[in-house]
Amino acid sequence: MIRLTWRQFRAQAWVAIAALAAIAITFALTRPSLTHMYSASGLAGCQARNDCGSLAAGFISQVRADAAYPVLYAMGVIVMFLVPAVIGMFWGAPLIARELEDRTYRLAWTQSVTRTRWLAVKLGLLGLAAMAITGLFSLIVTWWASPLDRAATLGSPILSNRMMPALFAGHGLVPLGYAAFAFTLGATTGALTGRTVPAMAVTIVIFAAVQLITPNFVRPYLIPPAHTTVAVSPGDVNWVPAGHGLLITGRAAIPGAWVLSTSGHVYTGPAIQILKTCNNGPTSTPACGRAFASLHAQTLVTYQPASRYWALQWYETGIFLAAALALAGFCFWRIGRHRSGRTRPSSARPPRTASTLRTSPAPPATSGHPGR
Amino acid sequence: MSAVIQTSGLGKAYRRTWALRDCTLAIPAGRVVGLVGPNGAGKTTLLSLAVGLLAPTCGTITVLGERPAAGPAQLARVGFVAQDTSVYARMTVAGHLRLGAWLNPGWDGELARRRIEQLGLDPRQRAGSLSGGQRAQLALTLALAKRPELLLLDEPVASLDPLARREFLRGLMESVAEHGVSVVLSSHLVSDLERVCDYLVVLVASRVRVAGEVSALLASHRRLSGPRRDPATLPAGQQVIEESHTDKQSLLLVRTGEPVHDPAWTVTPVSLEDLVLAYMNPANDIPARRPQLGAVS
Repeated sequence: MIRLTWRQFRAQAWVAIAALAAIAITFALTRPSLTHMYSASGLAGCQARNDCGSLAAGFISQVRADAAYPVLYAMGVIVMFLVPAVIGMFWGAPLIARELEDRTYRLAWTQSVTRTRWLAVKLGLLGLAAMAITGLFSLIVTWWASPLDRAATLGSPILSNRMMPALFAGHGLVPLGYAAFAFTLGATTGALTGRTVPAMAVTIVIFAAVQLITPNFVRPYLIPPAHTTVAVSPGDVNWVPAGHGLLITGRAAIPGAWVLSTSGHVYTGPAIQILKTCNNGPTSTPACGRAFASLHAQTLVTYQPASRYWALQWYETGIFLAAALALAGFCFWRIGRHRSGRTRPSSARPPRTASTLRTSPAPPATSGHPGR
Repeated sequence: MSAVIQTSGLGKAYRRTWALRDCTLAIPAGRVVGLVGPNGAGKTTLLSLAVGLLAPTCGTITVLGERPAAGPAQLARVGFVAQDTSVYARMTVAGHLRLGAWLNPGWDGELARRRIEQLGLDPRQRAGSLSGGQRAQLALTLALAKRPELLLLDEPVASLDPLARREFLRGLMESVAEHGVSVVLSSHLVSDLERVCDYLVVLVASRVRVAGEVSALLASHRRLSGPRRDPATLPAGQQVIEESHTDKQSLLLVRTGEPVHDPAWTVTPVSLEDLVLAYMNPANDIPARRPQLGAVS
């Protein structure tokens, strides 16, 4: 069964290996100059000198100025979003659907191998292969981007860092969970639709929805977010009129963190009257600056700190692996159900049963039966 | 005589329609059994139940004394050639033989190789590019090389041209003679089965209309023609299967254990095809052979 699985899967496997090789070569060739740039930036010892912010900003802007690096970084993240989706569509969806569609299940399931074992080997081997190949992709991409990720975590909070929704699932461990989930999702939709192309379409739609829902509604709450109160700096502030006062919200400056929300306070009082005349910000005139300073304005920041990166990665991976296992279980049940059709306990009433015929008063034995 | 397939009150429903209902039959071992019936009689459903591709909605079925597809050992004992002979279109002939070897512990590689050679199939050719007859032969080879005790074939020749049909059935018969395997093959055409089957089961609307050895069936049925006569006046031993009357003449098909001596009748033997068609005709009401409703629980 293992050899048959490999035989039926090898075309897809070679495509995946070729894609992996292409990515590996591209990133391996471009990384040495990136690491050279990183070591030249002096970021390695910045914590001792306490100048991480400026060095990181310098390094990042240097990288951004390059023609290739921003493209490669984005490509790495996009590849990591695509790999699980492609696996779900091209490995998962046809797994059962094609057998049903081509009606070859009649050959596969009448050999001396039970259907459960057939599915166990297929789902098990290909599921592990999906995770392995995604893991290798992620390893290459994460390794390539590590100088940038480190700089973003160390330095300027304005930079997008690897905690941000758009990047979080593009590096590290999470893609493995996504790959396992997408693969079993494909297998499940295939088992349900029994047709390859619709199964692929349904798989990609559901998977895309999950990739949108997770960062917005699941990931922020995997660990209860941390809160902190930061002083609002006059150079970086939002202010909007609110009744008799001003709603003043600062921007959070927490390096490497994923800021979920900032909530300001409504301030009233004599200083506000002065501030309301400051059109271009609290620093526009000395009077405005003094009025702002007298407020001692603070903002409440809700965030996930950078230190939780791996904890969040593990949790999210675990959730998707659990979902993958649940979907795999459904596939087993469904395949068994294909066999059992709509089995009911004998006490239940199947449609127009023989038993109802038996008990009815005068069933003409010659009554025509809807054939099939 | 042990039964290779035994069913009791067997039924299979798809949503709200019955594909097979209240089917009770026993198919004997060591025979080449023809399962004949009109389209929609439930032949495919019955065979799918027998290989475990479907499970019954109600009733029971045992194949070689076990529940179908109960485990690898039971699966190994039954060979199956599905309707339209399912093979992997993109897999080569040799690939199919490897598949058979990998998935069947009792695989007879020598038999498979020899058979493919005799058929003149190119092992490197993809199954999708084979002709219908070649595909059927490949599917039969896979089923035979598994070395099953029971071989089930669902309309194996339905889509083949007459020559391929004859070739296929000849190959089947050679293998049956060589390996002594029990065979059940379904068809809606009696002419396919006439040459190969020694036992016949006529299935109409899930019910067994008649079952028995072909020679016994032919010996016990006679066509009677003579002056018009009410069939009710026939001797007790003669059961009318089919009747047609003109003003002056009656034409009957009767089942009888005794020779017909009445000089009024011209007695002729019946062909298997006529016999089966008479049983398949829904207009013919044949009460005695119908399994009784409620006989099984």
